[in-house]
Amino acid sequence: MKRAALGCSLALAAALAAGAAQAQTVRIGVVLTYTGVGAELAQQIDRGMQLFMKLNPDAFAPCKVEIIRRDDKNPGGADAKTAAQELITQDKVDIITGVIYSSNAIAMEPVITAAKKPFLIMNAGTAWITNLSPVIARVSFSMWHAGYAMGEALVKNLKAKTAVIGYTDYPPGKDSLLAFKTAFEKAGGKVLDEIPMGGPGQVPDFTPFLQRAKDRKPDVFFVFVPSGDHAVALVKTYNALGMRQAGIRLVGPGDITPDHKLQQMGDDAIGLITMHHYNADLDNPVNKRFVEAWRKEWGPTSTPDFMAVQGYDGMAAIAHAARANKCKLDADNFIAALRGWKFDSPRGPIMIDPATRDIVMNEYLSEVVKVGGRLVQKTLAVTPAVKDMCKELKVDRCGK
Amino acid sequence: MMRGAAAAAEAFARRHRLRWWEALPWIAALAAFFVFPTYLSFGTQLLVTVLFALSLDLVLGYAGIVTLGHAAFFGAGAYTVGMLAAHAGWNEPLSGLAAAAAVAATIGFLSGLVLLRTHGLTLLMLTLCTMALLEQAANMGAAWTGGFDGIPGLKFQKILGLFEFDVLYFRTQYLYALAVLFACFVLVRTLVYSSFGQSLTGVRENVLRMHAVGAPVRTRLVVAYTISAALAGVAGGLFAQATGFVNLAVLGLDRSAGVMIMLILGGYGRLYGAFVGAVAFLLLEHVLAKAYPTAWQLGVGVLLVLVALYARNGILGLAEPLARRFAARRGGV
Repeated sequence: MKRAALGCSLALAAALAAGAAQAQTVRIGVVLTYTGVGAELAQQIDRGMQLFMKLNPDAFAPCKVEIIRRDDKNPGGADAKTAAQELITQDKVDIITGVIYSSNAIAMEPVITAAKKPFLIMNAGTAWITNLSPVIARVSFSMWHAGYAMGEALVKNLKAKTAVIGYTDYPPGKDSLLAFKTAFEKAGGKVLDEIPMGGPGQVPDFTPFLQRAKDRKPDVFFVFVPSGDHAVALVKTYNALGMRQAGIRLVGPGDITPDHKLQQMGDDAIGLITMHHYNADLDNPVNKRFVEAWRKEWGPTSTPDFMAVQGYDGMAAIAHAARANKCKLDADNFIAALRGWKFDSPRGPIMIDPATRDIVMNEYLSEVVKVGGRLVQKTLAVTPAVKDMCKELKVDRCGK
Repeated sequence: MMRGAAAAAEAFARRHRLRWWEALPWIAALAAFFVFPTYLSFGTQLLVTVLFALSLDLVLGYAGIVTLGHAAFFGAGAYTVGMLAAHAGWNEPLSGLAAAAAVAATIGFLSGLVLLRTHGLTLLMLTLCTMALLEQAANMGAAWTGGFDGIPGLKFQKILGLFEFDVLYFRTQYLYALAVLFACFVLVRTLVYSSFGQSLTGVRENVLRMHAVGAPVRTRLVVAYTISAALAGVAGGLFAQATGFVNLAVLGLDRSAGVMIMLILGGYGRLYGAFVGAVAFLLLEHVLAKAYPTAWQLGVGVLLVLVALYARNGILGLAEPLARRFAARRGGV
């Protein structure tokens, strides 16, 4: 009897020791679209993650970190799902993170939930994703953050009364439209027209859409187009049609003034008004240090954008949870550590909402101005501590 | 001369017989189940793609119908299964596949009646348009289809009431896909070696002569197109059941073009080209993407260039002269 007990406790001690030895390393599985249309976005997130590790070498101490990268190739979902499955069953990761496209996050969720692993989203912005499973937390945004804040600020700060909405016809565009419209009308504004402007796959000729908007003579033209080449073409057309001279202000979420494309837009971009959770010109000490380190690391002409900051904050969140749980992560203790977690990010103070596991952050109303030959985004107003209003107001799927 | 003709006639009479190596793909697929238990999510995708490529082989390889819109039927099948499960509570897997086949076959039949009056580039463009129309319809009907983000979290009953879907390891899905693929393969194999299949090859090789001998060319083509659509629909339905979601990517040009590349890579009109092409392409892609997540496309590109330069008839086409030489030497002794 005694020997059995001794054997038992020895086995237990061995198991504990083995557990402690394993617990030294936190294995992080990163799924991003490293090739094809998403490659530019994935690079921003990946570099943001690397920069966090570089600037905060002790953030994970005493845990060691191993990062395993996988390409999900496209927004189709199947490859993302296989990547998540193999990261869990072959690489034995403790957490899955990354994910550019919402469709991929949606496809991956059942596998991650079944394995009881935490899932930290660094981009995918469809609002209701976080409702799919209690293992999900998000450090990026939902389209409702900027869209809703913009609807309020236009009436309050810019005294706009009428608006026309133009959007790229896919979920982020439709979310943005609904968020903006809800807030704008609630604040007393009037939406005159809603114009779908082609799909995200290729850049359309914006002329007919913008002409239709111009004919309605609104105070502001609110647009959502994917960050990147769509935005550049849109701003060109806006100026070519003389909408600025007609007194119609072009406004939108920060996707229309992506930091790394801003200079190439030229003077056409001056006067654009955006609402977003980050731009590289934000005036706070953490951001100054972040942008400086970025330029040192990736070249003086390179600029971080909101994706980079999401990668940076994501690593900070994982580091916090790893330390809080003594390097041993599972879905329950990860989410528990993140509920109410606060962090001083380059985008200002952020928090993970204890109720929804989604992010709470500032939204900045900015105007593009020219200072010393360079285009910069000047902050006009700050809406502090913005929650995902889709879940607050329980709109459609967000209420489930 | 006489001897040559007799040999040819004999070869023709024997060509439908089973050969020993035809068991190899199935043995390999079963072995993979035991040897690579953590790769079955990828394995299931592979089997679904083989079935899809096989359906394309029937029209492209045998009937000579060049199409870039075959994902229309894959997508129709996937959305049938997904929407029935999400909105009608119809989540019995086998009857779901039957429904997917029926819907895809209907679309194939109706579009085939119109499309197959044309050929060449016109046909190619029209197949592309059919797919684009369906894709746009799926995007606009977001209330039913979920639009770009798709329908998440599909759940299905146990297969035959016995085998539960395996969310994490995909064991059930893999064997299920393998069984469905086998059944469909037996059908296609029987079909291409039947007189119907022979007449399809006739249409591909010389359509004027087929008209001259009084063969009902267009009927044959429409029937082949419909059967192929049904099989693609089964592949799509299988995809939706195995992965538990469906989104717009099931209808995209990427999927159509991708499966065509795999079929040509393996060798079209050869029945096993679908197996060889899909396995070679996807396996290489998977292994490279895992090792080099940002640069794997380079390796796949090199493979395609090499095949285009040195293996016009695909990988199986490379093996054929060797097999002939081997057979000739044995015959000579």
